[in-house]
Amino acid sequence: MRAGEESGDRADADRASTRWPARLHVITGKGGTGKTTVAAALALALASGGRRTLLVEVESRQGIAQLFGTDPLPYEERSIATARGGGEVRALAVDSEEALLEYLDMFYKLGAAGRALRKLGAIDFATTIAPGLRDVLLTGKVKEATTRTADKRRVYDAVVLDAPPTGRIGRFLNVTAETARLAKVGPIKTQSEGVAALLRSPMTAVHVVTLLEEMPVQETIDAIGDLNGLRIPVGRLILNATRPPLLAGKITQAELRRGLAAAGLPTDRTTVAGLHAEARDQLVRRDLEESLRADLVELGLPLVELPLLAEGVDRTGLDLIADTLLATD
Amino acid sequence: MRPDHPAPELDIDQILADPGVRIVVCCGSGGVGKTTTAAALALRAAERHGRRTVVLTIDPARRLAQSLGLNELDNTPRQVKGIDVETSGGELHAMMLDMKRTFDDVVLAHTDPAKAAEIFANPFYQAMSSTFAGTQEYMAMEKLGQLHARGEWDLIVVDTPPSRSALDFLDAPARLSRFLDGRMLRLLLAPARSGGRSMFSLVTASFGMFSRVVQKVLGAQLLTDLSGFVAALDSMFGGFRQRAEQTYRVLQARETAFLLVAVPEPDAVREAAYFAGRLGQERMPLAGLVLNRVHRPAVERPTAAESLAAAERLVELGGHEATVETLLAHAALTQQAARERRVARVFTDAFPAVPTVAVTAQPADVHDVDGLRTIGAAISRR
Repeated sequence: MRAGEESGDRADADRASTRWPARLHVITGKGGTGKTTVAAALALALASGGRRTLLVEVESRQGIAQLFGTDPLPYEERSIATARGGGEVRALAVDSEEALLEYLDMFYKLGAAGRALRKLGAIDFATTIAPGLRDVLLTGKVKEATTRTADKRRVYDAVVLDAPPTGRIGRFLNVTAETARLAKVGPIKTQSEGVAALLRSPMTAVHVVTLLEEMPVQETIDAIGDLNGLRIPVGRLILNATRPPLLAGKITQAELRRGLAAAGLPTDRTTVAGLHAEARDQLVRRDLEESLRADLVELGLPLVELPLLAEGVDRTGLDLIADTLLATD
Repeated sequence: MRPDHPAPELDIDQILADPGVRIVVCCGSGGVGKTTTAAALALRAAERHGRRTVVLTIDPARRLAQSLGLNELDNTPRQVKGIDVETSGGELHAMMLDMKRTFDDVVLAHTDPAKAAEIFANPFYQAMSSTFAGTQEYMAMEKLGQLHARGEWDLIVVDTPPSRSALDFLDAPARLSRFLDGRMLRLLLAPARSGGRSMFSLVTASFGMFSRVVQKVLGAQLLTDLSGFVAALDSMFGGFRQRAEQTYRVLQARETAFLLVAVPEPDAVREAAYFAGRLGQERMPLAGLVLNRVHRPAVERPTAAESLAAAERLVELGGHEATVETLLAHAALTQQAARERRVARVFTDAFPAVPTVAVTAQPADVHDVDGLRTIGAAISRR
């Protein structure tokens, strides 16, 4: 039914813009929490209903290409997936050297001279010696894509950045402070101020991905402290790979033996003791998870829970996470 | 040999007890338990094998650091008290890497105080010593070299930085020395070497253009700072490179054992496989793979299918809710274990000869010496 489909698409698009109002979504989290997966799923979610999003990575890991099973991404915006209702996700791997050349070319019309500089090692040099400079170039490119227009319309409805992990996120986003130490005047300084303004505006939201494990939760709390200190707006806490609790409470061995007998299963000591020990471990784990969840709730940020993708991350799994992200309150 | 676990078993006690092994490097991607593994192995080497051990940690979780008595980051090894070394006669020392301080020490060791002060004041040095991508890896390498050179320990256990990629630890020194040797740096140094003439009056046309661009983009002050930094560092280049090469050779020697640390998740296992390949290329000795946080059901039977079917029967029967939950949990655990074995096979298929040990997931996180002891016992399967 066409009319129905259209209204479904509109509903998707509406949900995307009311629940995830920022235009630039920065996804961080401790290594191993599933940042890239969440970033990709959010890009898919925000592209549904015929919209267009850009998924960006900045750490030369080619995580996006691995996730979608494509060849390594070049420094070029490429269509990587279609979303429901004719939406499109494009992907870009920002490389700091390429970004510097592009930047120089844009402002100074370097052309072939730029390539000569690269041969000389100047570009490698410039991006190595001043890590702040590198981050300005990377975030500068993200800003450019976020604010780019064509025919007076924004090219991207949303940009999703698979950002550095929690341990480095504050420094990465705090571009002005880093460059102010090195460049006191000039266009790089202007550029970094532009980026800083975008990052501190309502157009940006930083979302922190975590697992219900001690270290990721601690790093999440630390990172939110850092970001608050930098006055960079935090969007949502994204609790990844959650499983519904399987056990309501304690069980005794006698109880378990009766149950196993009723089900026609063996009730020898090894089986009963083994299953009982598994249940006990599960309860320890559940109590720990409950206390970690309470620590996260205390941060007072909107919390989104995503299910564990038991069979690994494939397109079906990404769509499931995308739907959960879109359906969130 | 079980068909789903074809790799030979890693005998960690043999490595920890071997007097010929002086360095154990734990590497792997972020979040796989490298630091905990390193601390647990060091504790075991001291308690069980009587070795005078030092563990170099990079960024330990606060509570783990406290359990080792590391309340401050002072860049020197401190003896860990309250461990059980009476019978073995071993010792455990622990330290946390202070990247900036290690860099400062390197500078001080290679230059006179006046020059060092000049370097410390330079904004480029400040940026590079605290944020240069790779400085942490390089400084971990440097600290390892220092500890090794002091010859005070039987065994040094190193945790590697939480890099983007485990490979950074190996690549950083080479990258830094390539950078310090680069043509670009030579060009910037030319004026300093030719007697301090202004750098803008010389060199090639392309470099003239480069400096004009840099001046335009970054401002002239930056170029002055940069050339000052580079000139001041010049005297130390030889030393930097020499030390990096020395440490590199130590890592290739038989006294070193690399342990890959991973968890049974696709990214971590893929990273471990890359790293194993790299170690082979670099002729660095890979001792084995520690697969952390592996889930194993306590009993093989009932199987997942049997458990699910039994749970269904009980639901129909009514009552026995807690048994139903226990069976469902057992089925989920059994399925997870099977999944993890499939994931781990990516590594063992590619490197069938690398000894492997699977460490069962602990229900709660580790942050005391007892917990480390349990992990050590689990890794050594004792």
